[in-house]
This record gives sequence, structure tokens and C-alpha cells, in this order.
Amino acid sequence: MIADDPIAAFRVEAGEVLDQVEQALLDLGHRLDDADLVNAVFRGLHTLKGSGAMFGFDALAGFTHHCETAFDRVRKGQVPATAGLVSVILSAQDHMRALVEGDAPAADGDAILARLQAAIDEASGTTPAAASAPAATGWQIAFRLPADAMANGTNPLMLLDELRELGDCTVVARTDKVPPLADLVPTECHIGWDVTLLGDVKRDDIEDVFIFVMDDMELSIEPLGLADADAAADAAGTDEAPVLAEAAAPVATAATADSPAARSTAKAEESVRVPAGRLDALMDRVGELVIAQSRLSQCADRGQDLVLRSVSEEIERLAGELRDTMMVLRMVPVGSLFSRFRRLIHDLARDTGKTIEFETEGEATEVDKTVIERLFDPMVHLIRNSCDHGLETPEDRIAAGKPAAGSVRLAAHQAGGEVVITIRDDGRGINRARVRAKAEANGLIQPDQALNDHELLQMIFAPGFSTAATVTNLSGRGVGMDVVKRTIEGLRGSIDVQSTEGEGSLIALRIPLTLAIIDGLLVRAGSGRYVIPLTAVEECIELSLEDDMRHRGRSLITLREKLVPFLRLREIFATDTRPDPFQKIVVVSTPQGRVGLVVDQIIGNHQTVIKPMSALHRDAATFAGATILGDGEVALILDIAQLIALGQPREETLRAAG
Amino acid sequence: MTASILAVDDSASLRMAIRIALTGAGYTVTEAGDGVEGLTKATSTKFDMIVTDLNMPNMDGLSMIRELRKQPAQAGVPIIFLTTESDPEMKNQAKAAGATGWLVKPFVPDQLVKVARKVLGR
Repeated sequence: MIADDPIAAFRVEAGEVLDQVEQALLDLGHRLDDADLVNAVFRGLHTLKGSGAMFGFDALAGFTHHCETAFDRVRKGQVPATAGLVSVILSAQDHMRALVEGDAPAADGDAILARLQAAIDEASGTTPAAASAPAATGWQIAFRLPADAMANGTNPLMLLDELRELGDCTVVARTDKVPPLADLVPTECHIGWDVTLLGDVKRDDIEDVFIFVMDDMELSIEPLGLADADAAADAAGTDEAPVLAEAAAPVATAATADSPAARSTAKAEESVRVPAGRLDALMDRVGELVIAQSRLSQCADRGQDLVLRSVSEEIERLAGELRDTMMVLRMVPVGSLFSRFRRLIHDLARDTGKTIEFETEGEATEVDKTVIERLFDPMVHLIRNSCDHGLETPEDRIAAGKPAAGSVRLAAHQAGGEVVITIRDDGRGINRARVRAKAEANGLIQPDQALNDHELLQMIFAPGFSTAATVTNLSGRGVGMDVVKRTIEGLRGSIDVQSTEGEGSLIALRIPLTLAIIDGLLVRAGSGRYVIPLTAVEECIELSLEDDMRHRGRSLITLREKLVPFLRLREIFATDTRPDPFQKIVVVSTPQGRVGLVVDQIIGNHQTVIKPMSALHRDAATFAGATILGDGEVALILDIAQLIALGQPREETLRAAG
Repeated sequence: MTASILAVDDSASLRMAIRIALTGAGYTVTEAGDGVEGLTKATSTKFDMIVTDLNMPNMDGLSMIRELRKQPAQAGVPIIFLTTESDPEMKNQAKAAGATGWLVKPFVPDQLVKVARKVLGR
């Protein structure tokens, strides 16, 4: 759970920093006058002190602070590095490690510090105390910002707003220094302000408003009525600035002290680790329960027993909730997957000599654990393709008028029962002519075969296809995209590619949220019953016998002024039955658009526990699996993408024949 | 629209702390691991504010701030630097490089959010 816990991440990092410090100290033992090593040790201690305090490791921060202070004197050349000093710091470093891991006896630390003190001439530091001025009933403030303040990010309007939050303000702008238009630099600030602030406000609070600019600006803060009494007081504002800035540090340390404890106990109660196998076993039980429940509800519906029926409905509701809870248990944020690609991108950038900017979005989107695991390999392949084939070299990019750094973006979002993961690059896009030439050379298409743009792009998923002119050791040898496609489809997902030449490519993976249970629409075609995944279903409409006859041979219906092709399940599955007089069309959405499936009857919603097909039936690609219905019979679950792929050539031959 | 903030720090834990603090306050945070990455990101996307560490590998915070301020598009973008340095020299250098303000490490999330509100006004 390192991804979400800064304290765990800090422990890992601190360990690395300490390793570096240790290494530098060991080397320093041999080369006592090596300034680089001294600096390396100092930097390590410095980092450890700063981040230790931030994450509530106060003992570590305090202890390290003493070591850092001591070592700072070595760095500044006030004290020479000696073997004795190095060995004390080495043992101090071991103590820090103990402090990072958990509790270490404070006495150990004190003993080490005493030895350190003995090893080095200790000089004590002083902490400046913050001075606070008495409150007044009002203030007269005059200020003028340095000319470059606005360019450097200070917005005077916000300073005025902050003053207004302190109390009632009367603001007068002083425009005496605004130059004539010809000399005016529009990004510079030429206006000064006189502000009368009424209220019981502390001088410190007003100075806080100007804290970032106080060193460089003109500022006078006078109690009301004394504005013109003492002109020398003008200098006061500038003098007090460093004191104020310093004062911020001790306040910060004090505030950190109480919060981390509360934070870490809250974390501890939040999660329990469970072996994945147990979750899977629980999932199986829930699956069987869902089947048993649907048998129960069929029995109850058949009889007249109202009590049985109400109990059955109650169980149906509970089983549904149990299923949903089970699903959530198996969900992990996709960010854990995305973060694994950071290193990949880094290595790819190094190996290809390209500058690659990697961004992710929607890391919080959750996907079934099993899905995440199976997505890793295909995504590695797709990202490699984007970096290696998609992105151009910095020189080519600049020549094409693009920023030198290429960009690869991973994004995820949930859409209905699916998670859509996109991999977008702003590279050169897919060269259609090369894809076509390659497909022809490999005999995938005929030289004169007409393909639309989508069909042409789909060629990259054909087995043995590779367009890169040179095969690099990164992108492999063109054995990938078909495997990627198969893996994604094995997850009951789909893959789609869009690409604009010169602008980049977008690959979208649509993955179901879970693998084990789906909501389906139970339909009948002939005597067979089939389940259509409900996530794919857009709507159901009626196909009258009359319409059916009229469109025979064309297999197209007009749906809200758009032509939608349809397939007859009775024909695809060769049921040899007469169509029902009132057939229905189930309109499903696919990456290629809407397609209608003609069925004889729509039976209704069905919560489907997917059982894999037996080895004997594995080649039946049009089915994603099977499910057991309430009456104990088996219904096959349609794999929409495969079904449509199968249906298309059929339709084409029909069309050619008709 | 939420303000977008770029957090540049070589320490992942610090970036995480910054992200948690600022996203908790409703800002969108993009992370960068060193000055070079920070510069590239800020050049390709305009951020409403940049928070950066000063000690970093590849390109330190000072150089990054200087480079950023050379770009006309970055004029007026508040840049806050994080510092543990007690000597005012570092602060002056960063200010001279074009930084808007600073935050002294260690800080609690509230202080960072306060600074963001101060310079962004929202």
C-alpha cells in the first residue's frame, strides 16, 4: 500500500538516503579531504532531517539535526574531517536507521551525541524569538511593490484582498509614478497604494500579508493617527522581515508534532490484508449462491405461496448486495498499474534518446484485481509501441513544429460496467500507406481490396504484422499486437485504435469491471437461450414480420434516421426454426458502431455467473462462456465482438449474392 | 475550474505529501521529479502555480526558476519554493531568480494550502 501511504514511502526513501550516506562515509574514511564526499554526507543528513520532521519522525529529525549541525562545520572547513568523527557519524547513521524503522532507545542517541560533541568543537546555536507588537484599533499602510513583482507571480490585488479580510479597508491608489504611455512597461507594477485599515489587527498579521515581498518593497505600517509623526519608522518594516520569516520554522515543527500519530493509527484500522486465494474462494461461493437464488426465485414464482415469494425476494436482494460487496472487495485502483509504467517510460526514454513526458489521469478508477494483473503485459507492449514507433526523435519533433518532449498519457475512467483505459501519444501517428503496403506484402489483403480507414487500422492487429522499418530491441518483432488484442478480448474487453497522421495515436481498451459475474439480457433464438452482456445493450426494438420481409437481403434498419445493420441469431446459429411473428432486435454498441441482433424473444434481465467453456468448446469464439439458469439449464453467453466479426463476412456474401 | 499546481521535488514522499495536502484542498496536482521534468511540464502545460524544491538532481530549483521566468508565458505564474535553509542567502537567490514566495520545511499541510490560497486567491 506504499502508493497511498507517505509514511511508508518515506521509510523506503530514508533507507535509500541512509545507504548513500553510509557509502559516502565509508569512502570518506579513506579520503578525508574529499569535499564531494563531505557534501554528499551533508546533503543526505539534511534531506533526512527535513523529511523526517515532515512525516512526524521528530526524534529522527532532532537527532539528525545535531549531526547535521556538527557536519556543517566540516563542510564549511571550520573543523577538519577526522577518522574519529567519521566513525561517530557512522554509528549515528545506524541509530538513524533504527529511528526510521521504529523506536530506538533515546539513551543511545544521547550517548552518540556526547561522543560527537567530544569529536568536534561544539558551538551552540541560538534561535531568534519572534517579536510581537501591540494591537491597535487601526493602521495606516502605504506600500509600493518592486517593479518585477507582478512578473514574479505576486498579484497586488490579492494582497489588497488579504488586507480586506483583516478588516475594513479604504484603498487609495497612488499613480504619481506611472510613466507616460510611451515608456510604460505593461508587465511592471507602477502603482502604490495607501490603505486605511480599521479594526483590532496585530501588526504581525499585516506583515504576514506582505511576507513574500517585504524584503524588496516599500512598506510602512503606522498606527492610526501617528502616520506623519515619525518618518524614520519607515525603515522598521524592512528590518523586521528576516525575523518574521525565521519565526515560521519553529511554529511548523510544533504543529507537526501531534498530527502524525493520529494519522498513522487511522491508517492501521483502515485495511486488512487477505490472501487473494481466499477472495477467489469467496467469489466462487457467492457465484453458487447467486445460481441457487435464481432457482429459488423461479420456484417461488411458479407457486402461489406468498410467504415463500417474499422470502425469495429478500434473498434475491441480499444476494445482489453480497455480490456487489464482493466485487468492491476485489477492486484495486488502476493507479497501482499505472505507476509500474513510470520506470518503463524512463528506461525507454533513455534507450531511445527521446524526451518523454509521462502523465496519468484517473488513477483512482478501480478495476478487478485479476483484470489489473492481466492488463500489465499488453499495456507494456502498447506503451513500448507508442514510445518506440509513435514518438519521433526530438529533432524530428522540432522540425515538425512540435515540442521536443513527446508525451504519453495514460488515462482511465469508468463508463457503465466498463473501464476505459486510453494510451495516447502525440507522435507521428499511424502511416496508412505503410500499413497498407505491409498488409499487402504479407498477403493479409488483396492489392485492390477496398478498405475503409477503420478496417485499415485494424490490420495492425493481424498476426505477424509490424510496420516499423527497423525492428528495434524495444518493440520486438511484430509478434505483439495480435497477442495484445487476444489478451484484451480474453478479458471480455475490446481494443480500438484511432490515429491522425502527424498528430499521434490513441489506443482505447475497454475492459469489464469484473470477470466473474455480469448482468445479462436473456434472450431466445429458436429453442436456444443466450445471454447478451447488458453493458453492451443499448435498446430493444421490435422487428415486425413485415419489416423483416421488406429488408430481407439488406439487413439494415433505420433507427432514428441512422442506418443500423443487424444479424439474425437464428441464421448464425442455424436453428432451422421458423421466426416468431414478433421478433425483437437487441441493439448493442460496439467500437464499430451500433449493431442489431435479431432474436425471437427477450426473456429478461439475468444475473449471470460466468462459467468458462470446456476445453472441447474453447474454439467456439462467439461465446464468452456459459451460465446455468435457474431451471438448471445452460445458456451460452454471447461474445458480441466475435459474433459481429463472424457475422460481417456472412452479410457480405449474402449481399453479394442478393 | 480548479487551479492546477505543479509540484517539483526529487523526493517522492514529499511530492506525495504535497499532492495529498493540495488535492485535499481542491487543487489539481501534477508531479515532477526534478528541475528538467518540471521545466518540461511547465513549458508544455500552463499551471496556475508551481511549488518546487531547491536541491534537486539534474537541474536544481534555482536554475529551473530562472529558465521558467525567461519564458513570457510564465510571467505572473506564482512560484513557491520549499527551503530548509536557515541562511537568508538561499532565499535571496531564489527571490532574485524570480520566485514569488517560499515555505520553510518542515511544514504541515495547512501551511502549504495557506500559501496556495495566498498567492492564488482561491
